Amino acid sequence: MLIGLLLTGGLYAAFAPASGAGEQQDDASQVAEGRKLFLVGCAFCHGQNGEGVLTADGKQQLGPTLAGVGAAAVDFQVGTGRMPAVQPGAQFPAKRVQYTQEEIDALAAYVASLAPGPAIPAESDYSTDGMTDQEKEEAIVRGGQIFLTNCSACHNFEGSGGAMPNGKMAASLRNASERHIYEAMLSGPGEMDVFSNGNLTPDEKRDVILYLQSIKEAPKYGGFSMGGIGPVSEGMFAWLGGMGVLVGFAVWIAAHTTRTSKEKVDA
Amino acid sequence: MSDNQDTLPEISTNGLPAEEPIANPGLPAHTWRPTDIDPAAEKRAERQVAALFGISMISTVLFVVAFFAFKVGDEPTVVGGFGASTVALGLTFGIALLAIGVGVIQWARKLMGDHEIVEMRHPASSSPEDREVTLTQLAQGLDESGIGRRPLVRNTLLGAVGLLGVPMIVALRDLGPLPGDKLYHTIWTKGMRVVRDVVGTPIHVSDLQIGDLLNGEPEALFPSEENGYPELSGVDSQIAKSKGAVILHRMEPSEITPSKGRENWSVQGIVAFSKICTHVGCPISLNEQQSHHLLCPCHQSTFDLADNGRVLFGPAARSLPQLPIEVDDEGYLVAQSDFTEPVGPSFWERD
Repeated sequence: MLIGLLLTGGLYAAFAPASGAGEQQDDASQVAEGRKLFLVGCAFCHGQNGEGVLTADGKQQLGPTLAGVGAAAVDFQVGTGRMPAVQPGAQFPAKRVQYTQEEIDALAAYVASLAPGPAIPAESDYSTDGMTDQEKEEAIVRGGQIFLTNCSACHNFEGSGGAMPNGKMAASLRNASERHIYEAMLSGPGEMDVFSNGNLTPDEKRDVILYLQSIKEAPKYGGFSMGGIGPVSEGMFAWLGGMGVLVGFAVWIAAHTTRTSKEKVDA
Repeated sequence: MSDNQDTLPEISTNGLPAEEPIANPGLPAHTWRPTDIDPAAEKRAERQVAALFGISMISTVLFVVAFFAFKVGDEPTVVGGFGASTVALGLTFGIALLAIGVGVIQWARKLMGDHEIVEMRHPASSSPEDREVTLTQLAQGLDESGIGRRPLVRNTLLGAVGLLGVPMIVALRDLGPLPGDKLYHTIWTKGMRVVRDVVGTPIHVSDLQIGDLLNGEPEALFPSEENGYPELSGVDSQIAKSKGAVILHRMEPSEITPSKGRENWSVQGIVAFSKICTHVGCPISLNEQQSHHLLCPCHQSTFDLADNGRVLFGPAARSLPQLPIEVDDEGYLVAQSDFTEPVGPSFWERD
């Protein structure tokens, strides 16, 4: 495993600079370019044709098949640094992005050529151009309701994420880009459910994204946000910690009074 | 034995040694505080205490000033992100209270009387005379009231006081009529469409992909002229919504293991389950797409959507109720019937 990763990394380092220099390419050559990158960086876990690889005991997927995951999944997983993964595990956290956007596009084009799947959303899918302020307000309100119904169970009501069973977690959406949120809904990364365009229409997805952007601007009064639950937790810590300090302080006061060795002389 | 007796100290009549084996050293000589012997120090302490009370007054005035000077929400990002108003009000009021507290302690420790007092323990019971008097008075009272001689009065009094409990029990009636069989039914009926929560649009069977999770509601909650359902409002609407909420999840049809009689309850891998946890009724929609495990955020009850909503983990005792669904003429998902069992938490009368 380790040797394989080192080998993959080493090969990648050797080949990557050469492949990053691509300019305007037509689709076929982009797919070919993507396949080259795929063979170097992804094939170890996902198979040489993206068919997926089982672990040695044949019981677990080392990497799932990528047929049908679509360009959106690739752009999300690679574009947020979740892939390539450092090691197998319950959760692949977002980290520094390893590929340039051109390389990601090539990888996405290759994976999309395996089987039909959701495409990378265009900026027009989630932009608010041409919406009046009132339409935006309405969209944010509707998006909020949709978010609270469909997403808040895992991602918390202000999108700050949360814990999931078996070492997994729902990622924070506070700093996620609009495109990546859209792609996550389309592709259902990891344990997340899919919210396809038949499930939530593109307009409803845009509304959810608008809502998430809008709550970033919400003012926070005092203290740490702690997932938006307000000053409750801080109050608890203040009570538990503060009480101890107060008791200690009371003991200290009672134990100390300045005394003198001089005798009192009655006038 | 007798030798030992001789060496023991003499026991006096009250049970204490007549002469203590180790002489009572008494209290150590009192040491005075500087303020007790030095008038200048005393004066200084007095001024200190007064100054602390003065600081408190100034802080209180500043609190009032800050209250009017800073509006809540003005510049919420200054002073470490806490906001000018929050910090100013908190600091001034805190200092005002703290200065009074410190002042009082300084006063007590430096200026108030500094006597050392020994208070000997006294017996916890009252003196025999007091007890005698109390018992006599009690007996006298009982005798004078004649409670032993007049059973009619005594019994009617007991009856009157006892009957006072009845209004309390009767008032429980105000908690509402018994639910009857309402807990056994929801608003779902045969042929009612499943619609998306919030927006109320019907769901075509081709809308959902494998892995999709959809939060649904019965169409009757979104009445329109077209579907002809009656308007619901207020409590009725809330109750219908909370009991009717469902989640739809589409998976590979081969993954579903229906129990006997549920073979046709799903449509092409789409299953519908109540969204209300069978433990204490939290709405649940934390679904893990790959294992189809649905988790309740309140107490971590976990249900297997591929296996008839079976409980895998947690405090829930019953499987999640499944809503049998089918496809109508236009290809939209509809209910085959109401839930076949009560949704939500268990209750007293339920088998």
